[in-house]
Amino acid sequence: MNSTTEQYPKVYLYKRVVQAKLFIDSHYAENIELNNIADEAYFSKFHFIRLFKSIYGKTPHQYLTAVRIEKAIQLLKADQTVSEVCYAVGFESLSSFGSLFKRIVGVTPSAFLEEQKQMKIQMAKAPLMFVPGCFAYQHGWNENSNFEIVP
Amino acid sequence: MTNMCVYVLNQDSAFDFYTNKLGFKVKMDVPMGANARWLTVTPPEQPELEITLFPVAVGRMFSEETVKTMTELISKGCFGPGIFSCTDIYATYEELKSKGVEFVKPPTKEFYGTEALFKDDSGNWFSLHQQ
Repeated sequence: MNSTTEQYPKVYLYKRVVQAKLFIDSHYAENIELNNIADEAYFSKFHFIRLFKSIYGKTPHQYLTAVRIEKAIQLLKADQTVSEVCYAVGFESLSSFGSLFKRIVGVTPSAFLEEQKQMKIQMAKAPLMFVPGCFAYQHGWNENSNFEIVP
Repeated sequence: MTNMCVYVLNQDSAFDFYTNKLGFKVKMDVPMGANARWLTVTPPEQPELEITLFPVAVGRMFSEETVKTMTELISKGCFGPGIFSCTDIYATYEELKSKGVEFVKPPTKEFYGTEALFKDDSGNWFSLHQQ
């Protein structure tokens, strides 16, 4: 069988869109304007949105929102307060953060934070509840009485 | 498949590689005593596939000799645990490369699609594939 490693078409376009995506990944907490991102990629706004969506399946704005919510999930899991998280990921009001978070994640940020706290308490108390028995057995974890499942 | 296991040489380093470079999400990170943790991640677009990043360490499963052999084989790139599909291999390749991921084969047109090969931080290699 033949295989080819030809220089792929429009490599410079790919590099620019990828750079724009990485720009969002690292500047999500700032007040990013779409025009800034398009400028970063040296594209017209319309052309940039079309290319970005064809590669990532989301418009740059939809992608920015997804990154912010994902970062918010990570920070809430790290025990930060809802208001700290809201501003840390680039939202300007708690109400817009809360409603968007609920629409995407399915629960409010405070409910999510509480769920995570309860899960951590359970993890500390009975870690084997979170590990498939086969792996725990192979690792010898179920021989350690500290890891026994609390009924 | 819902769960798979990738043997890694250092869990902390694997955590950084799979989350910060590949962009995977942490599913479970459960402390299991002083020197162990139950660590699983999922590909961002495939949350139903849980990948356990399992440390190669002496225990019931691995003797010291086995750890030595496994470490050597993984480091040498003897294991290729799987294939990841993506919607745009050129964009994924450019992104991962810019984050320092080592590719042993750039995107290449094959009879079954376009494929690239990359290594994780331990030495396991994966295929990146686009139909």
